[in-house]
Amino acid sequence: MKLDILGAAAIAAMAVAGTAQAQGISDDVVKVGVLTDLSGIYSDLAGQGSVVAAQLAAEEMGGKVLGKPVVVVSADHQNKPDIAANLARGWFDQQQVDMIADFPTSSTALAVMEIARQKNRVTMLSSGVATAVLAEKCSATNAQWTVNTYALAAGTAKALLKDGKKSWYFITADYTFGHSLEKDASQIIAENGGEVKGVSRHPFPGTDFSSFILKAQGSGADVIALANAGADTVNAIKQASEYGVGGKQTVAPLLAYISDVKSMGLAKAQGMYLTEAFYWDYDDRSRAWSAKFFEKTKKMPTAAQAGVYSATLSYLKAIEAAGTDEAGAVMARLRQMTIDDAVIRNGRLRADGALVHDMLLLQVKKPAESKRDWDFYNVRAVLSGAEVYPAPNPACPLNKS
Amino acid sequence: MSSTLRLFWLFVAAAILVPFFPQIVYPIFMMKVLCYGLFACAFNLLLGYTGLVSFAHAAFLGSAGYVTGALMIRHADRIGTEVAILAGVATAAAIGAVIGGLAIRRKGIYFAMITLALSQIVYFLAVQFRWTGGEDGLQGIPRGRLFGLVDLTSDNAIYGFTLVVFVAGFLLVHRIIHSPFGQILRAIRDNEPRAISLGYDTDRFKLLAFVLSAAVAGLAGALKALVFQLVSLNDVSLHTSTEVVLMTLLGGLGTIWGPLVGAALVVGLQNYLATLGDMVTIVIGLIFIVCVSFFRLGLVGEFLRLRKSA
Repeated sequence: MKLDILGAAAIAAMAVAGTAQAQGISDDVVKVGVLTDLSGIYSDLAGQGSVVAAQLAAEEMGGKVLGKPVVVVSADHQNKPDIAANLARGWFDQQQVDMIADFPTSSTALAVMEIARQKNRVTMLSSGVATAVLAEKCSATNAQWTVNTYALAAGTAKALLKDGKKSWYFITADYTFGHSLEKDASQIIAENGGEVKGVSRHPFPGTDFSSFILKAQGSGADVIALANAGADTVNAIKQASEYGVGGKQTVAPLLAYISDVKSMGLAKAQGMYLTEAFYWDYDDRSRAWSAKFFEKTKKMPTAAQAGVYSATLSYLKAIEAAGTDEAGAVMARLRQMTIDDAVIRNGRLRADGALVHDMLLLQVKKPAESKRDWDFYNVRAVLSGAEVYPAPNPACPLNKS
Repeated sequence: MSSTLRLFWLFVAAAILVPFFPQIVYPIFMMKVLCYGLFACAFNLLLGYTGLVSFAHAAFLGSAGYVTGALMIRHADRIGTEVAILAGVATAAAIGAVIGGLAIRRKGIYFAMITLALSQIVYFLAVQFRWTGGEDGLQGIPRGRLFGLVDLTSDNAIYGFTLVVFVAGFLLVHRIIHSPFGQILRAIRDNEPRAISLGYDTDRFKLLAFVLSAAVAGLAGALKALVFQLVSLNDVSLHTSTEVVLMTLLGGLGTIWGPLVGAALVVGLQNYLATLGDMVTIVIGLIFIVCVSFFRLGLVGEFLRLRKSA
């Protein structure tokens, strides 16, 4: 039995290698496009840092794959799906771009994934975290590399529930992303014996959270969960600290990057639990890579930026292993590999495009504990991918077989 | 007038050549210019020829796009592409009749504010409805078959189709402007009390112009949905409404060519400057400031003035 599987795998590998040699590298260049937000609200957590991360991956490969040069290009999609789609089409049709990475909003990701699928190119999402890309609209040439909303919610929610914090109150951004974050977290809470005491939905983007925070405070819930992102999360946490939320009540942002904590300040963020795919100060490997990143940008990488590095590096390695940059063969290689680099650990790429890997449960340090700038978190637990990733969604046709 | 049309056919002839030389002008880019050009033409019909400032045009563009897109996603195998487009245009015209009917009771800035408020309601609905996909919008819209016969899936087929629809829309606007109806619109623009004293029911003409403009904007939106195979919140946002003002002013208000030139300029800047990052908005802003300070008539308007004085 075991031999059969090995044999089949060997034949499959040979078949892949066979097609590979026939095809080689298209257009004599491997082009990686970073499509990101270079000017708007997500430029801090992704933006130029994502471009630098992709360049670091190309440099690590010596700037070459299979003897052909690796080129990194970038563009600002301004968080608008139509601009993203237009740029992506131009890249695919005219500039021989083979893979596009990042996508800070899920709407741009969904738009470009569809085009990439039609044109047989690869998309790798890093700051695009919606689980919608793993449902009906999933694509065989797409990978959601860094994280998704479910895994983020699961990590934080399970840890707090284990701590005995059973009753929850949600402050949710009133649009698709906020709703899906709230829904994912509520499901996890219900499954683990917790209860949701109430929900307040705020308009997106919001500035004044006072009435929502007072309601949440009055509800007596153990946890005030923030199902929003970026500036909304930062503002809500700042205002919660002004209203004296604390003591028995915990504020839990369901999606926060290190750049958000940086702008809140440790004094306001201290004690919060959050889940991230990557923290620069996790171990020697992550520190060594982050130092390289810091040298170029004077900032520590966010999980989104680090994810672009890991995605690009793995993509280039898969091309090398497959001997071609044809999207199908590269994706097949990626699915065979165990991803293990400075950023992602124990990563396995699922059929629907979710990269299931270890996540970090982090707690924000007290200002006194922090020894230097960017020393923000205590790593409380390493959560295995199986623990936090959602089961394959039956709505995705790729999960049928 | 015939010189305008001669120039137009020259432009169309050049546009036909585009798919054969994709390295010079990228066809998808050209289609985007055509869609936005038609959109700006519709807007110009209202602002340039009737003197009404509307901030609701994104609502027409977007609603037509959503209806066309949703119909194609659900029923592409049963209906031809033309049915979906017509449904989109009808939706835009209906919304135009409602918004216009309410707004033309007031004049000037109040008119503009009412259109703005009502278009925000359309935006809100697009965020909240399930069938519009909310924040994510609609993706992967099939282009379908025209009359159930012609497959529009390939980029060349949709290019030809877009060009034909654009020509039809452009000629329609040209025809409206140069008809007796268009002359009445201009009379209303220049001196409304006088038009009333001549016995014209100006409210009726204004409403009709508003609905026509909404319908053509809807046609552009439906076309755009098919070309890019996606509709997003951006299409119904206030930003798009102001962008079309920018296009029309940059190109030249009240000139038949202005909107097209303005659309090409704005779309081109957005596309080719995207690699510059945060410079895009700064550059477009600067160009706008320079234009309203020194070229009040817009590019085409100034060109026509120079030619006249020479």
